[in-house]
Amino acid sequence: MTDPLSRLLETRDWLLADGATGTNLFNMGLTAGDAPELWNTDKPDNIRKLYRSAVEAGSDIFLTNTFGANASRLKLHDAQARTRELNRVGAELAREVADAAGRDVIVAGSIGPTGEIMAPMGTLTHEIAVEIFHEQAEGLKEGGVDVLWVETISAAEEYAAAAEACARAGMPWCGTMSFDTAGRTMMGVTAAQMVSLVDRLSHPPVAFGANCGVGASDLLRTVLGFVTAGAERPIIAKGNAGIPKYHDGHIHYDGTPELMAEYAVLARDAGARIIGGCCGTTPDHLAAMRKALEERPRGERPTLELIAEKMGGYSSASDGSGEAGPARERRGRRRG
Amino acid sequence: MADEEEIILSELSDEELILQMHDDLYDGLKEEIEEGVNILLERGWEPYRILTEALVAGMKIVGDDFRDGILFVPEVLMSANAMKAGMAILKPLLAETGAPKVGKMVIGTVKGDIHDIGKNLVAMMMEGAGFEVVDIGINNPVENYIEALEREKADILGMSALLTTTMPYMKVVIDTLKEKGMRDDYIILVGGAPLNEEFGRAIGADAYCRDAAVAVQTAKDFIARKHNKMQAG
Repeated sequence: MTDPLSRLLETRDWLLADGATGTNLFNMGLTAGDAPELWNTDKPDNIRKLYRSAVEAGSDIFLTNTFGANASRLKLHDAQARTRELNRVGAELAREVADAAGRDVIVAGSIGPTGEIMAPMGTLTHEIAVEIFHEQAEGLKEGGVDVLWVETISAAEEYAAAAEACARAGMPWCGTMSFDTAGRTMMGVTAAQMVSLVDRLSHPPVAFGANCGVGASDLLRTVLGFVTAGAERPIIAKGNAGIPKYHDGHIHYDGTPELMAEYAVLARDAGARIIGGCCGTTPDHLAAMRKALEERPRGERPTLELIAEKMGGYSSASDGSGEAGPARERRGRRRG
Repeated sequence: MADEEEIILSELSDEELILQMHDDLYDGLKEEIEEGVNILLERGWEPYRILTEALVAGMKIVGDDFRDGILFVPEVLMSANAMKAGMAILKPLLAETGAPKVGKMVIGTVKGDIHDIGKNLVAMMMEGAGFEVVDIGINNPVENYIEALEREKADILGMSALLTTTMPYMKVVIDTLKEKGMRDDYIILVGGAPLNEEFGRAIGADAYCRDAAVAVQTAKDFIARKHNKMQAG
């Protein structure tokens, strides 16, 4: 199956994805607690501007403003009945911007987590999760996205449910998880486990990887973890622009454009094919990343030490992959 | 495993049973915890002793391993669930026997923020440590916090935010408490993915807690200090 993203990946060594959605919309006056997706219909010019800013900064791929546009999240704003519409419109605006770009730009339909914990620990069943994601996927497809883009997932079960929903919609997809807890996702998934999870799916993603998480160093370590685990599919690296800092009543991310440019080069050299930012990444960061990727020659795969030296230390001692971590001595096993 | 010897809880000595219950909490075995609690009650244990030695001590191990990246959220949720089942049996008995209270916490996600997985986890772990927890949910304006703190005569205020855009609201809550002269009546703990220690200090919280296990330990430390102060003063 050839989709526009796979075709572009065949001709290019790396692709630049986009930066933050939330950060940039807040800079346009979105207030905390409002659903950004409502702006797809309420303030379409702002959304066009958001999309255009990524394209103008050099992104080859940008994500639609639909991260939280699933019925489960929209319900908190009493907008669940508008799921399909908000996704379709978010995608249509993106299509319009991409088609006017004058070069190949991929529109990726963003799908974020449901925010629910899956059974048996939580209440969300596989069937319902698939339905939730599928409804969103159909809206994005209708609006004309090239590929679906599942991101910031923590649970393997939720990732698998999203994969099934993409299959049901008959769409190619990409999917990233957020590794933010001692090198693993909140639900304990390691980089190596994600590689094997992806390989087991009957409708595997075009590309997979990591987004958000802690800092750029941790994200690069996760990319190395994918490579070490033998990942063969294209890897996505979408890290935050540093760490959020509180300053005079405002939050800003401490990663400069120069630092993110360094991150982009390290991500490419580590083995990532699709490189972008996440929270805190502005068009200025993206432009610096693009320039660095174009100008700086490919280097050797960076070591963990080199990454720490250039980007700062890690949030935990290891990424939890490989050797089983410390385990607790147990008494006799249970009847079972 | 099927070929291993089956453990019969009622045949264990008190000491062995307690250790087995720690393991069962670790494994999130709800029915076994209920059974263990009932056996100890039959053997004449005080409800408060069961709470502290079997449940709270067991959850401490879970909390430590969560903090150290050995256990992750799914396992902790299973453990908390088992703990809750044990607590459900003990709760009415604890009230009857006038057992000492560890402390009471009001917890909620701040205005504009609708995320609650982290907050729920803290609430569960705090309950697991024997605290009484009043969860006021998501998207709380300052009035909600103040109303709940006063109504519940709480010791601790816990605030959570997942968004960089909502975390500054924590300062609004703390500033309002200061204006009303209530700030020092409560231990204020804050947490959430984008926060850090520096932020906690900047807004005037007592502590930033990196995760649910740290929240429990911090709460215990502050409560102990408060008790010491009361005795000294």
